[in-house]
Amino acid sequence: MTTRDTFLAEAAKRILITDGAFGTEIQNWKLDEAAYAGTLGLSHDQKGNNDILALTKPEVPESIHRAYFEAGADIAETNTFSANRISQADYGAEHLVREINIESAKLARRLADEYQAKDGRPRFVAGAIGPTNKTLSLSPDVNDPGYREIDFDFLKNVYREQIDALVEGGADFILIETVFDTLNAKAGIMATIEAGEALGREIPIMLSMTLTDLSGRNLSGHTVEAFWHAVRHARPLTIGLNCSFGAEQLRPHVKTLSEICDTLIMIYPNAGLPNELGAYDEAPVTTAGLVGEWAVEGQVNVLGGCCGSTPAHIKAIADKVRGMKPRTIPTPPVVTRLAGLEPFTMAA
Amino acid sequence: MTTNTSTNFVNVGERTNVTGSAAFKKMILAGDYARAVEVARSQVENGAQVVDVNMDEGLLDAEYAMTTFLKLIAAEPDIARVPIMIDSSKWSVIEAGLKCVSGKPIVNSISMKEGEETFLHYARRCMAYGAAVVVMAFDEVGQADTKERKVEICARAYDLLMSIGFPPEDIIFDPNVFAVATGIEEHNNYGVDFIEACREIKARCPHVHISGGLSNLSFSFRGNEPVRRAMHSVFLYHAIPAGMDMAIVNAGQLDVYDTIDPELRQACEDVVLNRDPEAGERLVALAERYRGTDAVAEKQAAEWRSLPVTKRLEYALVKGIDAHVVDDTEECRQQFARPIEVIEGPLMDGMNVVGDLFGSGKMFLPQVVKSARVMKKAVAHLLPFIEAAKEPGAKGKGKIVLATVKGDVHDIGKNIVGVVLQCNGFEVVDLGVMVPWSKIIAAANENDADMIGLSGLITPSLDEMVTVGEEMQRAGMTMPLLIGGATTSKVHTALRIAPAYSGPVVHVLDASRAVGVATTLVSDTQRDPYVAQVAADYEAVRKAREGKGSNALLPLEEARARGFVADMALKAGDPKQPGVHVYQDWDLSDLRDYIDWTPFFRAWELAGNFPAILTDEVVGESASGLYADAQAMLDTIIAEKWLTARGVAALWPCRRDGDDVILTADGAETRIPFLRQQIAKREGRANMCLADFIDPAGDWIGGFAVGIHGIDAHIERFRAGHDDYNDILLKALADRLAEAFAERLHAHVRTDLWGYAAGEQLTNEALIREQYRGIRPAPGYPACPEHSIKRTLFDLLGAEQAVGLELTESFAMLPTAAVSGFYFGHGQAEYFGVARIGEDQVADYAVRRGVDAVQATRWLRTNLD
Repeated sequence: MTTRDTFLAEAAKRILITDGAFGTEIQNWKLDEAAYAGTLGLSHDQKGNNDILALTKPEVPESIHRAYFEAGADIAETNTFSANRISQADYGAEHLVREINIESAKLARRLADEYQAKDGRPRFVAGAIGPTNKTLSLSPDVNDPGYREIDFDFLKNVYREQIDALVEGGADFILIETVFDTLNAKAGIMATIEAGEALGREIPIMLSMTLTDLSGRNLSGHTVEAFWHAVRHARPLTIGLNCSFGAEQLRPHVKTLSEICDTLIMIYPNAGLPNELGAYDEAPVTTAGLVGEWAVEGQVNVLGGCCGSTPAHIKAIADKVRGMKPRTIPTPPVVTRLAGLEPFTMAA
Repeated sequence: MTTNTSTNFVNVGERTNVTGSAAFKKMILAGDYARAVEVARSQVENGAQVVDVNMDEGLLDAEYAMTTFLKLIAAEPDIARVPIMIDSSKWSVIEAGLKCVSGKPIVNSISMKEGEETFLHYARRCMAYGAAVVVMAFDEVGQADTKERKVEICARAYDLLMSIGFPPEDIIFDPNVFAVATGIEEHNNYGVDFIEACREIKARCPHVHISGGLSNLSFSFRGNEPVRRAMHSVFLYHAIPAGMDMAIVNAGQLDVYDTIDPELRQACEDVVLNRDPEAGERLVALAERYRGTDAVAEKQAAEWRSLPVTKRLEYALVKGIDAHVVDDTEECRQQFARPIEVIEGPLMDGMNVVGDLFGSGKMFLPQVVKSARVMKKAVAHLLPFIEAAKEPGAKGKGKIVLATVKGDVHDIGKNIVGVVLQCNGFEVVDLGVMVPWSKIIAAANENDADMIGLSGLITPSLDEMVTVGEEMQRAGMTMPLLIGGATTSKVHTALRIAPAYSGPVVHVLDASRAVGVATTLVSDTQRDPYVAQVAADYEAVRKAREGKGSNALLPLEEARARGFVADMALKAGDPKQPGVHVYQDWDLSDLRDYIDWTPFFRAWELAGNFPAILTDEVVGESASGLYADAQAMLDTIIAEKWLTARGVAALWPCRRDGDDVILTADGAETRIPFLRQQIAKREGRANMCLADFIDPAGDWIGGFAVGIHGIDAHIERFRAGHDDYNDILLKALADRLAEAFAERLHAHVRTDLWGYAAGEQLTNEALIREQYRGIRPAPGYPACPEHSIKRTLFDLLGAEQAVGLELTESFAMLPTAAVSGFYFGHGQAEYFGVARIGEDQVADYAVRRGVDAVQATRWLRTNLD
């Protein structure tokens, strides 16, 4: 049985739980520059480089993974959102990308196996790759709309380096998350496919889009349905939404995805919208109540949290949906799905 | 109901193809990508559902040109919204293109020309990039010409693709359209070969599509566009039923099959279908007659581009063409010392022409709204420059604050008035819908407005307008108050609003009057005499009313005694499917056939009945243009699933109790009070009440609520693009779809749910003329004018939870495009108006409704004196 099959079998039994935010949890440790930098001797300040903690202070991500597993998570997402050559360049740590990803994946793997051994319930490791701070679809120069800072092959290679290391460290899946630019995600998909070809086995992909406006589009302008059309070729194990707004604002888009996607739906929203001070103050019971409605409607297979969520949120969600029926994967008719920024369908 | 978002035939725009368009090639060779982008934009605007991009030209670095152009159009949301077809004979160009396209594109094309291995390698790459693919009927031997070769090659390619797991629905076969009527005998059957191959390929290869480049077909007739267009149309007419479902074609240049000159059509048909060996000769001979017939119109169309720039702006404004307006405005800006002068000079000159034409009845509302779109785009272009120069804004004729009052959500009419006023030099501050009086007054003061315009569609809005008047009075304002909207009237304005406010109050009958009224009110010389005249006019209305009194009303008891006596043998009987029925997504293409178009034209202030209005001597041209735009938008609404029709219908057991109907839902009884006519009528005419159609001994009644959802995102987009025309068009269409849904659902109730008219077969005209048994009166409309009953109806239907329909405090429905009402199935049931009622009925109604007399009076005010 492949990991894809195991995951699908578990998802058929119940609503699975993925973990919550790392950034806000790390802040609780009030780490100083010395704690971040460790003994690596890097030229740049490392404070805020959360991903490097895998090398300099691994007890921090370890304790957070543990807290989420204790809260009921089935999936650990590696703490590698920015562990790519583009983002690490800001910290002068490009040369450590491979090491950060291997160590992060190993850590998550070790804990997942530990918790699985305790109760026999399968735990999974999703190797998280973020969007980077560059976009393939948009020009950073308003006067030159045709300009791009990077190209597809460059980004594909950046992702490939990270993916190879995550898989080597023990990640079950590659989670392409917080997709604000659909073309960036397509480069990530291509990198994963090619990494799988090199390994001689399929690496299952999880995809998670983030919405930047309430009409339901991401930054590159794709509607959720157009996004699905643009990435369906990746045969994603899960597709869904994360970050964006709070659960309240995601409701119509969750429903849309749930109806059209013939794969598992994974949603992990922020804990509400940030308050005036930029902090998230939605109570765990509130978040759980909101995402619980999707569970009642049979619209989701995997739930978790993004910015502002804590182990308490994940526990509240896990408690809320325990025993609820997971969404049944629909069998949509055979149609040709094309997309620009908007979906286009032809009877076939 | 299942949703059908599918499209049966796809137009691929071909103008952004250097091999097909000399003009486009020239732009690319000259590096003029900005103009090239405009070509793509006009393709999409003209209905291309996919944009084909081809840069295969020997003098070009095709990879560079392809990626440059694709990145540029990616930055244009109104182009990038549709899928791209990356068209090249070189794989390296295709792959470079795939790396720039973010949606799911189509690759055009790959083939077995270089053998199976290469073919499958390319196919795998397309899968990994996430692209559909056009497969040419081309193998190691060459291009397929006969039917047998076409089918054989496509079948072989299909089997190979299936063996690597390629999704069959992502395969589009191009079985090669070749030129016919070339004078070479072997070519004569090419049309037939293609059409017959379509049929066999579709049968042999499940889920695939078939496409083709049409321009090849008519290659022999280069330079003779009328003939080429006719050939293409005739070809499609036969190829589409055979399975062709995509074509690379200039969408703006296809003739409607039925409108082609019959002689030409026959000749084309003979050629395409190879009916006899002389067919080609005949078409060649006939073709000479058509050569150049297009040139005159084309020349005229292009000529205006060579006018001086100020004249071009005027032309664009009058014709409502927005294609070049930004460029022309920019050119103009550079000629003038200050950007504001462009607005005050050529743009206002153009709008004055529009205003004059509109005022003299030579232009109609749809065209004016299009002109306004052009104006807005021009102004939007200039604003940053004006702001940068820190100049004061254009000094218009005057400033008006417009709002749909609190509790009301309808704004088509208000938006039209806003556009028309803007076209005539007024500055409009549009506060939107559901605006409370406090905000209206604050906005008027802050903006130093010259007047306020209020709009509303439902009757409770009339009260709210009185409130606005009263509050303006309290605030010590003196500016004129304009009243408009479907339920407003001169009488109501004179009787209720004018007495509340001592400033000028004017009822404006429709948008075309708004300009005249507003202009007069800002005129130094005409204002005072006009205000005095209106005041005198309204005083006369009040006087006339006073005399009438209530003596024309019967006492309630007497009216009841003269009620309608229904023959209960004509009851509709028990329904086949009682209870509540919810429809989450009624097929819009089904509703389309039920649209009553006459009110649609009325919304645009075009008077006349459909379809006669399309050929009307005066407004026919305007109506036809509007109708074509409406049809095109409906196509998109349906194809792209912009809107969702959600509705609920229910049938409940009930009985009559006096003027009430007591119905039982979920085991609980609900009393629905109805109103009775009290106007004294001549002998033999009953004083009607809806309860008269219900049997006291037990009967059935129905209820329904339908709404059209999903409009907001599209309206927002149109707004962002300064596109009032499409904004209003979409809202008007949504309203029509809601009405069509109500009509359709009523038919479903009659034939299926209630089932008393199971065999009913009616045409749409018959439906519009209500030639069926049973009625569906709506709360707030003449037969049951009291709006608050909607609350009860919605609760009974569970309309909010079930289908997301909400009510405002004034009982307006949200979304705006919505209809609700009751079903009466009695054979004698008919519509009537309750009209004026007496204080005795108000008091009686208050008791039956369970509210106090003050509340009842407020709800029934429009039916009181």
